[in-house]
Amino acid sequence: MAKLVSSRKLRYYALATAVFFLLGVLLSGCGAPQKQSEAEKIKIGINYELSGKVATYGTSCKNGVVLALEEINKAGGVLGKQIEVIVRDNKSDTAESVNVATQLASMGVVAMIGPATTGDVMAAEPVATSNRIPLLTTSATAPTVTFDEEKNKVREYIFRICIIDPDQAMVMADFVWNNLKLKKGAIMMDTGNDYSKGLAEKFKEYFEAKGGKIVATEGFVDTDTVFKPQLTKIWAKKPEFIYIPAYYNQVGLIVKQARELGIDVPFLGADGWDSPELVSIAGAKALNNTYFTNHYSSQDPSPEVQAFVKAYKEKYGVEPDSFAALGYDAGRLMAEAIKQAGAADPQKIRDALEKIKDFPGITGKLSFDEKHNPIKEVAIIKMVDGKQELVTKLVPKR
Amino acid sequence: MQEFFQQLLNGLSLGSIYALIAVGYTMVYGIIQLINFAHGDVLMVGAYVGLGMALAGFGLVPSILVAMLVCAVLGVVLERVAYRPLRNASRLAALTSAIGASLFLEYGMMAVFSPRTRSYPVLLPDKIYNFYGIRIATKDFLILGTTLVLVVFLQYIVYRTKTGKAMRAVSFDKDAARLMGINVDSTIAVTFALGSALAAAAGVLIGIYFNAVYPLMGLMPGLKAFVAAVLGGIGNIPGAMVGGILLGMTEALVSGYGGSMFRDAVAFAILILILLVKPTGLLGTRVEEKV
Amino acid sequence: MKEKNWFQTLIIFIVLFAVYGVVQLGISENLISDYYQTNIFLAGINIILAATLNLINGFTGHLSLGHAGFMAVGAYTSVVVTMKLGYPFPLAVLAGMVFAAVVGFIIGLPTLRLRGDYLAIATLGFGEIIRVILVNVEYLGGATGILGIPRLVNWTWLFWGTVLTLVLIRNFVRSSHGRACLAIRENEIAAEMMGVNSTYYKVLAFVLGAAGAGFAGSLYAHYFYVIQPSKFSFLLSFDILVMVMVGGLGSLTGSCVGALLLTVLSALLQNFPEFRMVLYAVMLIISAIYRPQGLFGDKEISAQLLSRWGGIFRATSRSE
Repeated sequence: MAKLVSSRKLRYYALATAVFFLLGVLLSGCGAPQKQSEAEKIKIGINYELSGKVATYGTSCKNGVVLALEEINKAGGVLGKQIEVIVRDNKSDTAESVNVATQLASMGVVAMIGPATTGDVMAAEPVATSNRIPLLTTSATAPTVTFDEEKNKVREYIFRICIIDPDQAMVMADFVWNNLKLKKGAIMMDTGNDYSKGLAEKFKEYFEAKGGKIVATEGFVDTDTVFKPQLTKIWAKKPEFIYIPAYYNQVGLIVKQARELGIDVPFLGADGWDSPELVSIAGAKALNNTYFTNHYSSQDPSPEVQAFVKAYKEKYGVEPDSFAALGYDAGRLMAEAIKQAGAADPQKIRDALEKIKDFPGITGKLSFDEKHNPIKEVAIIKMVDGKQELVTKLVPKR
Repeated sequence: MQEFFQQLLNGLSLGSIYALIAVGYTMVYGIIQLINFAHGDVLMVGAYVGLGMALAGFGLVPSILVAMLVCAVLGVVLERVAYRPLRNASRLAALTSAIGASLFLEYGMMAVFSPRTRSYPVLLPDKIYNFYGIRIATKDFLILGTTLVLVVFLQYIVYRTKTGKAMRAVSFDKDAARLMGINVDSTIAVTFALGSALAAAAGVLIGIYFNAVYPLMGLMPGLKAFVAAVLGGIGNIPGAMVGGILLGMTEALVSGYGGSMFRDAVAFAILILILLVKPTGLLGTRVEEKV
Repeated sequence: MKEKNWFQTLIIFIVLFAVYGVVQLGISENLISDYYQTNIFLAGINIILAATLNLINGFTGHLSLGHAGFMAVGAYTSVVVTMKLGYPFPLAVLAGMVFAAVVGFIIGLPTLRLRGDYLAIATLGFGEIIRVILVNVEYLGGATGILGIPRLVNWTWLFWGTVLTLVLIRNFVRSSHGRACLAIRENEIAAEMMGVNSTYYKVLAFVLGAAGAGFAGSLYAHYFYVIQPSKFSFLLSFDILVMVMVGGLGSLTGSCVGALLLTVLSALLQNFPEFRMVLYAVMLIISAIYRPQGLFGDKEISAQLLSRWGGIFRATSRSE
């Protein structure tokens, strides 16, 4: 019995130590952002999905942004000041996104980068707008993010760097109709994902307007790993191609399983495909005869792209995907906007962002249109034995 | 007709994956009535360990064995740290701890290895058989075969060995078992080691099957396995297998015949209907209510 | 004795108004930053969720994993009423609660005859069914959900809404209905023998809990601008369950403290983006191991208990 008591005592000591330790850590963490000596720095807030269901994409974006801003700091910063990067995790949750955005705003950031998904950006939007802080998103593709259709008014403080859904879908529909000359297709989309659904809808609209036919539309959810039931059903309708606007981890499995079922038609997709993991999941052979739209190609021989790919690999040990590339451009674009604004002032930075012309990003030359969407070329990429090949670059005809 | 059989087969291969996980799940569940929320995450750790072995150049069998060993240890540690102190507390307290353990494994893994998806090098010949237009891959046989072998193996352990007898005794009445000279702690530890080793084996096989390993990979399979285990009757090993396969078949047929958008809803609705007709699961035994 | 009760009620009201007034002043004078406000609102909504789930799980003893589904019903209904139909917010809140209660009734009636984990799976399944339906209804925005919801909830709504929920639950638990629920939790068959209509009371508690979750959902939707089906997955139900268990099953005080504690913890951990969830997980395990019955067990802090503590801490010796 004596032993029991002592072990119980021990447990309480352990608990007390743990609690004190955690409290200490938490308090020191709370204190850190308010240090006065940091006031000389320019604060940029990073609000990304670092945990939860879209952590993969949020982390890639964040890695890209952080890499860009660190490079800029190494080169002397902007306006003679260093940039302080404040990274926060919104758990892939809209309420947390509001929470993080308000925290960043109260810490006095001059600009925010992120989140990655439409819902999380739309949750942070009122916070950015009411605090008059510009918000640049890397990958929220729904048109409504930067343009309020109901009020027919641009959202003043919100900018995006990615191509919007209608543009990508239009380019792909053109390409299928004019270049591949296919008339009858099927769509497979992630029904729980607005990016996927948005692209699918627009593609169907444009393709049918040209006289094409979509013979089947099937859905899946993001946690699915077996796609054979849907593929079997689609295949029974004999489509000539299958459009899969989704992210690479699902696409890899779908293409692999489709080839196992003997489905040999071309697969088409969008920028969500771009990742070195696509090839390792699906296998190089299964990916032959597939095409997707993208902002750029990591196999682009241009020195800027290759320098980025190298630096990213050195820092994080993996090849960048399109999210990382967009994040990298977002970081550099924001620094450029601060430089052109001439002061670390949110309002001036916003005005400078609006005036950006032909910014040489690695994902293409970028200017913003009147709806704060980038005007960029869309690249069509073909997979050949696990390597990306640039087929053509098209400008979406809006 | 050919499409129908292909769909049945698709369902069988999906169902056998659920079954593979559910079998390990239901064992721990049956012995200490703990909803081991972290089971799916132990599976994920197993997949990572197997991946590490495979990348280091080992073959399928050593990779699986090492993953099983590591996860058996992990399971025992988990039980010792997170569950044993709560054995006499309410089941919901243990559930809190299990949720904590699950989050810890998921996000610990994410912090260490980043959330990105990794894939296995080729460990198996990827052959596809074609019977009159119905296509089966080698790995489908592998998963189904492993599940069947495991069910037989576990039934043998639980009903034919001394350890198994101890497990059943502990599950029936812990205090009475202790009075009979059974070491309850070590019996439960063995159960956890076994269950976690099974999860690890499932993890490696699933990693190979889908060629994708990532920190949250255990979340959904864990939930589906829980559903399958309950559907089959809690603690019933063949029941877990039947439950898993039934769940997989339902999902495949629902997706195949009209409702891919509503698949999870329809699958859950069918499960609820089954439970309403058989409130203790398909193969579960009716527990007499005592006043 | 009667006089003393009256006195206590007065004190409680004074304290409530004081808290309400001080925070209201802080908000209108901008002394409480937006960031703190956001977390106060989050905490309030979590308290309502935890307290109403406690009514089902803690007081009636049925493991329900479908709370997120009811919250979703309330959130979507209220947003439809304010944004699509253009009615005022109070009506929307009411509609959200009523509709959530109706769904709760439809789900509760057949499933509540299941027991233990079978009931847990059935409620979890219904929660997921609600989510899948929301994903597929284009009128409700599908997977994107509804964006740009006006912020109609203010401190007055939140504070008195939370207080009202807690008071109603407390009074319900202390009423003969509530005693019947407790009896069912302790021993259903014995309760039946004593003439308690167990189905009626189980469904009643379930419906009330669902209505409360619907209330929380409508507050949530009109504070956080965006609702999406993915938010209301089974993981949210588990989050709420954790708040209840950290506080103590069957203790309203516990639900408040549990919800408050986990909200604050989550906010503090924001400063450690890489390890946020890992630290959160460790805290959960520690709290489960050291307080398996929850912080408050099934005890409450009441005015009486406080006055007793004013004595010689007899309350602590009693709880040992």
